[in-house]
Amino acid sequence: MSISRDELKHIALLSRLELSDDEAELYTRHIGEILEYVEKLKELDIEGVEPTSHAVPMENVMRDDVVGPGLEIDEALKNAPDREDRFFRVPRVTE
Amino acid sequence: MNYEPVIGFETHVELASRSKVFSSTRAEFGGQPNEYVNPVCLGLPGTLPVLNRVSMEMSLKAALAMQCEIPEVTLFDRKHYYYPDLPKNYQISQEYQPLARHGRLNIVMPDGTEKTIGIHNIHLEEDAGKLIHEKRGGKWISLVDLNRAGTSLLEIVSEPDLRSREEAEIFMQTMRGLLRYLGVSDCKMQEGSLRFELNISMRPAGTTEYGTKVEVKNVGSIKAVLRALDYEMERQTEILEEGGRVIQETRLWDDDKGETRPMRVKEGAKDYRYFPEPDLPPVRLERDYIDRLRAELPELRDAKRKRYVEQYGLPEYDAGVLAADKHVADYFDECCQAHNAPKAFSNWIMTYLLAELKDEDSDINDLPVKPAHLAELVKLIDDKTINQNLAKKVFKEMMESGKTPGAIVKEQGLEVVSDAGAIEKFVDEVIAENPGPAEEYAGGKDKALNFLLGQVMRKSRGQADPGAVQEILNRKLRS
Repeated sequence: MSISRDELKHIALLSRLELSDDEAELYTRHIGEILEYVEKLKELDIEGVEPTSHAVPMENVMRDDVVGPGLEIDEALKNAPDREDRFFRVPRVTE
Repeated sequence: MNYEPVIGFETHVELASRSKVFSSTRAEFGGQPNEYVNPVCLGLPGTLPVLNRVSMEMSLKAALAMQCEIPEVTLFDRKHYYYPDLPKNYQISQEYQPLARHGRLNIVMPDGTEKTIGIHNIHLEEDAGKLIHEKRGGKWISLVDLNRAGTSLLEIVSEPDLRSREEAEIFMQTMRGLLRYLGVSDCKMQEGSLRFELNISMRPAGTTEYGTKVEVKNVGSIKAVLRALDYEMERQTEILEEGGRVIQETRLWDDDKGETRPMRVKEGAKDYRYFPEPDLPPVRLERDYIDRLRAELPELRDAKRKRYVEQYGLPEYDAGVLAADKHVADYFDECCQAHNAPKAFSNWIMTYLLAELKDEDSDINDLPVKPAHLAELVKLIDDKTINQNLAKKVFKEMMESGKTPGAIVKEQGLEVVSDAGAIEKFVDEVIAENPGPAEEYAGGKDKALNFLLGQVMRKSRGQADPGAVQEILNRKLRS
């Protein structure tokens, strides 16, 4: 099982990653290898085995509905590349 | 050829939990921009979501009220997409094992026929933030406010079981009514706490196969949904009549222009790359717990409607109107507890109080006339302190000032005059001033009575008891 260059580019776009030609070639190979490994795993007989969604045996971790403090505005916007008043400011993304 | 619509809804409802679904910041409409945010809402590295117990409980109540199947275990998944209203670049949702499946909602049409609408699934997720698009120096930018990001959002996916505009309208009203009965949301459409996303296709009437469906987003009120529905029904019918094919797509409703248009980009379901959310362990839904929640459900619309007919002898129509909204039903119940006159309360509420509610977001509890006041007013009528006409006057004043009817009657001296001496004086005056009509009435002309009665009522400023007036007129002129 391998992945095409176009498929790789599509995945990169979904993650908003910009790849150089060299990187694209490298990752096409890497992801191909991962997929091959997954193909191998598919050979296992998993009839009747529940899919694992979590590796840690924990359940029902919940909290009470209690309101805690929010961040001060300067703290909240500290890592923002750009801000305006109390807002994060970003390039417009069309719908 | 005749075409019929096939309609389904995705109902998005913001739950009324005080804090957000996976973090402890305030979940409230309004606030200053980015006031209700903490590191979890901002998707900062190293933060962990923790599920709000109340959000899960409210979701399950809604699911049980819609008679859904609840699984033993429910799981959360990540839905990936890049949009600045969601800083983690994925939304925590439920794709593979939602908290409820296979439910139903009964709707009652105006002619009394009932119809069952299937509920495909119900899942809990987090809402996104708000973007404001502005122009700065010739360039478009977006301002991001994350107050809403992470608010508990319940998505209720219906089956495409609706077949007309009218059914769609009743479905939305019923859904809203049910969610308000459960107290799981304030359901304010203008504030976005209740949003209906429409999907619709057309097919030749009488056929059973589905046509190609179109999803319509961005619709802000029940009225707007119905306009969008009308628009799409017409657009799709036109395409089909011309022998064309409807394209499967998501369209946005433009309320100003009154039309839908295709969304420019749409990621396919595969592109969301759902996978189990590793940060949230499974939630095991013990049967005892589910049974307890089911037992705790409040009396819902259908039960109330039946009770109003059986216990109070109300007409089906009245019972349906009063039971449709929880706050209206509670209002009516409270009146009946204060004074036993269900039909009178039903009339007052349906004729005068509901007429004061201007739009779908207005609430009977916000009116200045409270149940205790209405009960007092009806009591005053029943013990003949005032008559029906005066009561209308008093009600108007109650609406304006919020005063109690007792206080208004006293202030304005509005008690009915049934004191025979006082009425007799008015009658004597009227006979003296109107000898013609008085003679006619005495001579057997019944028509003249109304005129004389009217004159006496005028003199008493509407406060005389008409029965008593007529008796005295008869005694004076016809015996």
